[in-house]
Amino acid sequence: MSVGQNPWVRPYVLTGGRTKTKHQLYVHTLVSAAHFDARAAAQLTPESRRLYDRVRLGPQSVAELSAHCGISLGVTRVLLEDLASTEHLQINDGAYDSPFDHRLLKRVIDGLSELG
Amino acid sequence: MAFPSSADRPALNVTSAKIVVAGGFGVGKSTLVASVSEIPPVNTEAWMTQAGESVDPLSDASAKTTTTVAMDFGRVTLAPDLLLYLFGTPGQPRFWPMWDDLCRGASGALVLVDTRQLDASFPAVNYFENDSDVPFIVAVNLFDGKLTHSLEKVRDALCLDERTPLVTVDARDRRSTAKALVACLSHTMKTTPTRA
Repeated sequence: MSVGQNPWVRPYVLTGGRTKTKHQLYVHTLVSAAHFDARAAAQLTPESRRLYDRVRLGPQSVAELSAHCGISLGVTRVLLEDLASTEHLQINDGAYDSPFDHRLLKRVIDGLSELG
Repeated sequence: MAFPSSADRPALNVTSAKIVVAGGFGVGKSTLVASVSEIPPVNTEAWMTQAGESVDPLSDASAKTTTTVAMDFGRVTLAPDLLLYLFGTPGQPRFWPMWDDLCRGASGALVLVDTRQLDASFPAVNYFENDSDVPFIVAVNLFDGKLTHSLEKVRDALCLDERTPLVTVDARDRRSTAKALVACLSHTMKTTPTRA
């Protein structure tokens, strides 16, 4: 049984007690993988492997990965950062420095206007 | 900005933006998110662990290290390289610490109100007025398709600043929701410097 499925194991055992990440990982920060390496996947812990497998479907947010893999948000953040540091995954920093960048806002407004 | 890509290769330069949908319990946040989301809105419990919030969980029985939370979010692909996420805030006061986490990096917030229970959304208005830098607007959800109180009365009842836009929305309707979200981001554009 994996640690994540055992309610008697504290979630942060999976992260060696770490709760913080170095990067700013927002709930909507996108994570992606350039390619899938089955051999590398086989060596991951079950939780990291679930996240890595899921990212194969395409760029997804931290929140989606957490929800679909059934791993708490805090633990997900730490594990994703580890997977990025070993180059399994990439954390998309986004093309804009700020959520208030007017070029970004304009694009989102234009996109939403076409939804109707 | 289209570039040649093969359909089976994931694009790596996708950008995401986020709008927070706040308001009290039962005002229609989930409905609003669902009306535009292309994925079934994710509404999960027991996936959130609040770690590091309390130093010694044993000192207080109520300060559990593991907290279950129901949270809504949805996704809209606006362009091949642009995703918009909508995150509903949990209504219960004990999840306040989560609001900061959800709001970090948001481009705007929409506080949804139901005129039949205005007070349910007071905490959300207070939060964005006092405790957050995220620009926000207030949207009155037209549950039965019509406005039962004038917007001025709603503004007065909420003690809403003149500068905060107040709009109406039918949260069930995709087009209406999209329009309210546009109003939300237009407000952000007006209140932030061009090169924010």
